[in-house]
Amino acid sequence: MPDGLRRFARNRMAVLGAIVIAIIVLVSVLAPFLYPKGAFSLAGQPLQPPSLQFPLGTDALGRDVAAGVAEGARTSLLIGIAAALSAVIFGAMIGGIAGYYRGTVDIVLMRVTEFFQTIPAFLLAMLLVVILSPSLLSVIIAIAAVSWPGIARLVRGEFVALGGREFILASLGLGASGPRIIFRHLLPNCLSAIITVGSLLVATAILLETGLAFLGLGDPNIMSWGLQISAGRVSLRTAWWVCTFPGIAILLTVLSINLVGDGLNEALNPRLRER
Amino acid sequence: MSDIVLDIQDLTISLPKGADRPSAVTGMNLTLRAGEVTCLIGESGSGKSLAARAVLGLLPAPRVRVTSGRILFEGQNLATIAPRDMAKIRGARIGMIFQEPMTALNPLHRIGRQIEEVFRIHTTLGRAERRARVVKLLADVHLPDPEKIARSYPHQLSGGQRQRAMIAMALALEPKLLIADEPTTALDVTTQAQILHLIHELQREHGTAVLFITHDFGVVADIADQVAVLQKGVLVESGPRDAVLNEPQHPYTKALLAAVPRLVVPDRPATEPGLVVLEAIDVAKSYAARGLFVRGRATRALDHVSVQLHRGETLGLVGESGSGKSTLARAMTRLLGIDSGDIILEGEAITHLAPRAMRPHRRRIQMVFQDPYASLDPRQRVADIIAEGPIIHGVAAKEAQARARRLLGLVGLDPSAADRYPHEFSGGQRQRIGIARALALEPDVLVADEPVSALDVSVQAQVLDLLADIKAKLGISMLFVTHDLRVALLICDRIAVMRHGSIVEIGPAAQIFSAPSHPYTKALFDAVPGAAWSAHMPVPAE
Amino acid sequence: MRRWRYFGYRLLLAVPVIFGILVLNFFLIRLAPGDAASVLAGESGAATPEYTELLRQKFGLDRPMPEQFIAYITAALRFDLGFSFRNDSPVLDLILERLGPTLLLMSTAFTMALALGTLLGLLAAVARNTWRDAAISVATLICYATPGFWLGLMLIVVFSLTLGWLPTSGFENIAEGYEGWERVQDIALHLVMPAMALGLFYLALYTRVMRASMLEQTGMDYVVTARAKGQTETRIMFGHMLRNAFLPVLTMAGVQAGNLIGGSIVVETVFGWPGVGTLAFTALQSRDLNLLLGIFFISACIVVAINLIVELLYVLLDPRIQA
Repeated sequence: MPDGLRRFARNRMAVLGAIVIAIIVLVSVLAPFLYPKGAFSLAGQPLQPPSLQFPLGTDALGRDVAAGVAEGARTSLLIGIAAALSAVIFGAMIGGIAGYYRGTVDIVLMRVTEFFQTIPAFLLAMLLVVILSPSLLSVIIAIAAVSWPGIARLVRGEFVALGGREFILASLGLGASGPRIIFRHLLPNCLSAIITVGSLLVATAILLETGLAFLGLGDPNIMSWGLQISAGRVSLRTAWWVCTFPGIAILLTVLSINLVGDGLNEALNPRLRER
Repeated sequence: MSDIVLDIQDLTISLPKGADRPSAVTGMNLTLRAGEVTCLIGESGSGKSLAARAVLGLLPAPRVRVTSGRILFEGQNLATIAPRDMAKIRGARIGMIFQEPMTALNPLHRIGRQIEEVFRIHTTLGRAERRARVVKLLADVHLPDPEKIARSYPHQLSGGQRQRAMIAMALALEPKLLIADEPTTALDVTTQAQILHLIHELQREHGTAVLFITHDFGVVADIADQVAVLQKGVLVESGPRDAVLNEPQHPYTKALLAAVPRLVVPDRPATEPGLVVLEAIDVAKSYAARGLFVRGRATRALDHVSVQLHRGETLGLVGESGSGKSTLARAMTRLLGIDSGDIILEGEAITHLAPRAMRPHRRRIQMVFQDPYASLDPRQRVADIIAEGPIIHGVAAKEAQARARRLLGLVGLDPSAADRYPHEFSGGQRQRIGIARALALEPDVLVADEPVSALDVSVQAQVLDLLADIKAKLGISMLFVTHDLRVALLICDRIAVMRHGSIVEIGPAAQIFSAPSHPYTKALFDAVPGAAWSAHMPVPAE
Repeated sequence: MRRWRYFGYRLLLAVPVIFGILVLNFFLIRLAPGDAASVLAGESGAATPEYTELLRQKFGLDRPMPEQFIAYITAALRFDLGFSFRNDSPVLDLILERLGPTLLLMSTAFTMALALGTLLGLLAAVARNTWRDAAISVATLICYATPGFWLGLMLIVVFSLTLGWLPTSGFENIAEGYEGWERVQDIALHLVMPAMALGLFYLALYTRVMRASMLEQTGMDYVVTARAKGQTETRIMFGHMLRNAFLPVLTMAGVQAGNLIGGSIVVETVFGWPGVGTLAFTALQSRDLNLLLGIFFISACIVVAINLIVELLYVLLDPRIQA
């Protein structure tokens, strides 16, 4: 895919996004070394504005906001990637089965998919976290459980479109088995679309995660951006920095992932290059 | 002369960087006269469509644009005219019709409204008057129940009806010039004949000059007064129709004409009918619109069809779109399930074999497909594409790859092609790869589904030669699906004519040609573009 | 007409969706660890043993699964969504009380996002590759990456705390006792920031879809036909392309209806908007699961209704739709 890589590298916005993501990943990896005491520990006087000692200030409990932002990066990336990956795998499986076998299986699976696409995703995720009790795993499960329908419909659509193409018929005519057609012909031909949409899914997963954490539905033992903002709400009047910086972190992360996703889309699906 | 309508002088249209040549059209000169049809003929990529669009200023600017030359129309140079003035000419003084009437019409507006729009742009007619004119126009292009057609949406009409509506729209204000960009290419042959007739009739009536873009010499023979031949953007020959068709001067024109399949049955040694290899018995197939709750009307694609393919023969399945010819071919290869009836391969019923049990039989029937761009997996190397069949059937990968390289030689490609990807090849080359893939399994039966209809005429001839050659060399039986009677006569021993899911007539090619018994077969022959010319066409010296 | 039959068919399809939500609800309760009755009654031992027992009997939790299921469904079909012990009130009444403000907030945000998004997308497509297109694209990208609750907080910091232009929270200024037109103005003032916080994400989304859709239409054959008729570029844009390009936006709006409700929960929480969202938040705090499930059910019904409206618009706009 060196061709696609070259096209990606020509897209300045996408490269910028990739660099920002790299920095965020670096910060999240270095967090335990930068802030060895952890983000929950008392660092200094409460509600100090940004200063040289605390570049992002401290919150109402005297915790270093910068430490929280660094640890929150790890939480968000971990949950975002894990949830998106699970959703892609599950969605691709459902969509693949529906699109390959067609007929009644297709109708039933697509009705179920549409059902999950119709119902309010955030509410369902909320309910799932409440019922499974908030933890890292339950948040990942909840987000994955509401994120897969888009992938399922994409893969199903691609499979149906490709299935009508003559090269699939040709393979059938050669005597190729179902798995061979799926794994040798269908999947490789829609992989670029899956990668693109999957990368954008990480961004929505992070937005969902911060929303859940804001409502108090995150793992209580793990620092996250949503939790920081929710804790900073009470002191919004006096200490704007507690809420502001974690929010900017979310904005930057999601924006960068979207830029990279758009870049991937243009690089991997050359049909759209003209636009 | 004073009746010159359009005078194209030294026209050059540039292409963006990275195209296969710097300019789409180079130094073209062409003169159109009132009351004459001028056919601009060329193969795909010759620049003929861009030349036509340049006249109306419809080039995809700024990447493709006119860089030099003049397009003189009614005293104005259309190459440099201001957009505002050009808009006054479009639709009023020059009308245009396109290849694909479905996409050329706005799917969300009624036909009547779309035609009416022309009057609203260029005239001050009142609403009632406009409506009346629309209905009259629709009647003029011989559409049944014009009131109802005006109220219809594009998707509710047939392809032929849509093209008639387009013609009505283009001729609404009686323009001096009509530009027709392959207006019959997307249509069936009988519909094509009617549309050609209609254009001819209206053009004679109103003395319109017509610039007709086509790739088909048959169409040229039927409709042209003047012919201009375009090769890679250069006008190589032009003149009156009979002169160009009967005494071509330029080698390219000669080569093109030589490649046009004749409407004659070539002399070929009578084949002894061998045993039956593949047989369809009383096969029926319907397509139903399916849903969980709704069951739509069923379309009967095959209406109890029986047909036999003998060893060593080529059987042609000929018909228009929707006749069931492709459905029958796919049913006989068991790529498509059937509702009732039987498919017999060398005495064994394969109708209901499970995929696993069917696999060994798959080897014996192979297919060549229509679309050379869709029939090869874009993510596989040519060697892997050809070797896939043998590998599925247990040949070692190394051996299969070696065989793939040998086969490339057999279909006339360089063995080095094996390591490249499909997109690096032209349409004709891809079709050769598709044939190599089919041959890799050493099949008894080759089913070719419109294998040449997406190809240019010169490439078409080469691929047909290759198929005939292979068939003779390897003693394969062939089922050949086509909509083109000329191609069928050229390559088939027997021909089955299909319509509405049934075979209306079947017999030796010579008999079908010289003494068709069914009226539909006769109608098909009459509709072949350039039928009269084609039958008596002088065979050019090779 | 066939088109209307199609709409009837979609209407019919809403029934299994509603039924599916009930089934989902039923199994969600049983997904929870521990006794379903005590889960339903709410956590932290707030419920008396008598009430827990009452719940157990009412939902037939001592009976076999299929019987429980039938009992649950029949109750729900009579719109009996159970009782909230925490609030000492039937769940349905609680929700209906709060529905008005939520619908007002959602419809305002949705209409604004759809109208402005379509317009901005159109503008960006027309001015393709100019500074205006670039500015719209950048703004779109940023809005598309901003979480609604954070945007709400930042709006409060800027417009309420710093500038003092808009009220921080609530639905209206009850203390002033406004009536008639003055009350409408007061509510509208309170509505500005929540609607922006909720709507900006969708505004960005529809702008993106509309822009891409317009650019796709530009290459269509029918546009060339219109040009060949002598139609002006402006008229081609508004008379021909606009409606064709709007269809994908409409589809997206239908798909996103469910997320709009989710977004309104966090936004309402931020602004203390007295709607279903704040109700959900308090239910969440007290782990009042029965109330949460009721909110989930009613929200899903609203989404189904929105989807039907979208479907209706689609049938009106696209003559090709038919069963």
